[in-house]
Amino acid sequence: MLTVPVGTQILFAGILFFLGLIGLLVRRNMIFMLMSIEIMFNAAGLVFIIAGTHWKQPDGQVMFIFILAVTAVEVSIALAMILQVYHHFKTLDSDAINNLKDQN
Amino acid sequence: MNTIIALIPAIPFLSFLILALFGHKMTRKIAGIIGAGSIGIIGLFTIIVAIGFFNSLPEVKSYTVKVWEWINAGNLRVDISFSLDSLSLVFCFVITFVGFLIHLYSIGFMAKDEGFTRFFAYMNLFIGSMLVLVLADNILLMYLGWEGVGLCSYLLIGFWYKEPQNGYAARKAFIITRIGDTAMIIGIFILFLNFGTVNINELMQQASSKWVAGSSVAVLTAALLLGGALGKSAQLPLQTWLPDAMAGPSPVSALIHAATMVTAGVYLIARTHVLFSLAPVVQSAIAIIGALTLFIAGFSALAQHDLKRILAYSTISQIGYMFLALGVGAWSAAVFHFMIHAFFKALLFLGAGIVILVLDEEHDIFKMGGLRKKMPVVFYTFLIGSASLSALPLVTAGFYSKDQILWYSFSSQSGSILLWLAGIIGALLTALYSFRMIFITFFGKSKTEPSFLPGKLMTYPLIILAVLSVFGGFVELPASIGNIHLFSNLVDNTLPVTVIKTGEGHELLFQALSAIIALTGIYIAYLIYFKKPSYSEPYSHSRINKFFEKGWGFDKLYDTLFVKPVVWFSVIDKNDFFDLWNIGLSRLTLLFNRLLSTTQNGKMRWYLLSFVIGIAIILTYILSK
Repeated sequence: MLTVPVGTQILFAGILFFLGLIGLLVRRNMIFMLMSIEIMFNAAGLVFIIAGTHWKQPDGQVMFIFILAVTAVEVSIALAMILQVYHHFKTLDSDAINNLKDQN
Repeated sequence: MNTIIALIPAIPFLSFLILALFGHKMTRKIAGIIGAGSIGIIGLFTIIVAIGFFNSLPEVKSYTVKVWEWINAGNLRVDISFSLDSLSLVFCFVITFVGFLIHLYSIGFMAKDEGFTRFFAYMNLFIGSMLVLVLADNILLMYLGWEGVGLCSYLLIGFWYKEPQNGYAARKAFIITRIGDTAMIIGIFILFLNFGTVNINELMQQASSKWVAGSSVAVLTAALLLGGALGKSAQLPLQTWLPDAMAGPSPVSALIHAATMVTAGVYLIARTHVLFSLAPVVQSAIAIIGALTLFIAGFSALAQHDLKRILAYSTISQIGYMFLALGVGAWSAAVFHFMIHAFFKALLFLGAGIVILVLDEEHDIFKMGGLRKKMPVVFYTFLIGSASLSALPLVTAGFYSKDQILWYSFSSQSGSILLWLAGIIGALLTALYSFRMIFITFFGKSKTEPSFLPGKLMTYPLIILAVLSVFGGFVELPASIGNIHLFSNLVDNTLPVTVIKTGEGHELLFQALSAIIALTGIYIAYLIYFKKPSYSEPYSHSRINKFFEKGWGFDKLYDTLFVKPVVWFSVIDKNDFFDLWNIGLSRLTLLFNRLLSTTQNGKMRWYLLSFVIGIAIILTYILSK
């Protein structure tokens, strides 16, 4: 079985996380922003798996199941909110939705 | 017994809270039942307490109930504790009993007013504060009640706040009484500084043992407390607020500005009488102020056109009598006149309220007339009230209470013929203006038609008060007639007995004189205001009468002396150093606000980026450590 050093594994997860983060920052469409958030979640989950394998403990995988459940909930709520936003503003551009800013 | 004493001030506060919090959901009927019912309940409690008090009288002269600790800081310890003795019992009785009748009347009076529940909430708060004032065991709790009634007075004078004039009258009352209150709190500070306690009994004991009579600190403290009393009781020179306070609804004038709150000054002086006997200068000042006030206000009452303003000046004048009595050391006479005055003046204000209400807010007595036949109940009760006010001999309570003051103003140890003379001229004026009011309002030709007739809820309180205005006097009859001393025996449990100069045995002569004076006043009023109005014409239009009508020009004097200089100074002093500092501070804050608000641009990605930068900085910091 091919073994990859833990450092490389973590680096991979980090790259995945930053990809998600950059996607979140540059994208203006909210669907894409949501997808980027999912990527970041998965990166975090991956770190748990890596840690679990490294220390030979089941906790990492348990944690990942938790993250999956949380993500599922988060996605359903976020999608519902995006739907509402689209109904209200007729756009998904996150920069256009700025009614909470200071008015002066 | 003790629980009931603590409940007496607590119940009105409770019903105030209920009315204030849930009043908007209530029907008027329920709000009226809660508002008046709570006062009825404490009226019953007061009777129970009074019975218990009388039963244990010779042994136990006061009850003290500690409810809880209020302040405990350093050597300052203040409890919420109430103490009941014969003086506070008399005040409690008047507050709850007259208060209850006025609340009943108010249900009818305010029936069509949109602020019905607000009115009852304020009235209950007032009763609660007033009871705290008279039951307080320490002077700080008393001050709390003192300010509480001042607040309620302000709220109720400005009750119809949509008229700017009413708001002005409310502020005037508040500010002028505040001048006295400031003096009073300084007096309380001096007492605490010297004796390290605020308990009234301990204060009085320590004062009498440690302070020398006539020493400067005693005189100063007594004068400062007197300042508070003068403001609250509308005595010279702080009397100008009371006539304007008539802007409030009539039940308010009856309860607050005639029967109870304005006599708080009398209560304060009676309660702290030890201090005043340590400062004879101040005590004789009280007598002189009282005599001057009753004299000045009597002339002003005679010149008024507004029915309620006549009664307002009359109240000032009658409290002047009480101060005169306090000043000559006739403590029980002052408290007795307070009680009788509460009966007949509440009656007169309630009667005036009905007259004004049915004539569609007509205040001018010269536009009334001829109401005798149309409203017989109001007329007869008003007549009884006026007779009691003008001390109609033998049959009315007012005669016994006022005659006692007149007698003591001459015969007590610090009395003098001049004080008596002021009092007797005041009595003539009282009879004159009371019956001027009667003859012009109820007799003669009808000028305005009443739009409706008052209901039973409004007339029954009048009848009860009229009965009290007549028979209330028989609990205290002078030695020459009847010789009954139930009232002074009760009050003398708390207050010292009046000391009379030796060799003054002509009480009957003085009584006859004051009786003749009262009858003469009534006859003159009959002659010049009813029989031959042309006799009073030249006086009514004279310049001196106009001067009296304006309250001897005190308003104008204070306006030029205090108000205008302050306004002038504030106009020229708009941009001094302090203002520049404040303006600079506000500009600086605004600048920061602009800077920070640019970061709130509403772009979510911008926030996210600042998030990420923040995390990066924190991580770098943690890792590099």
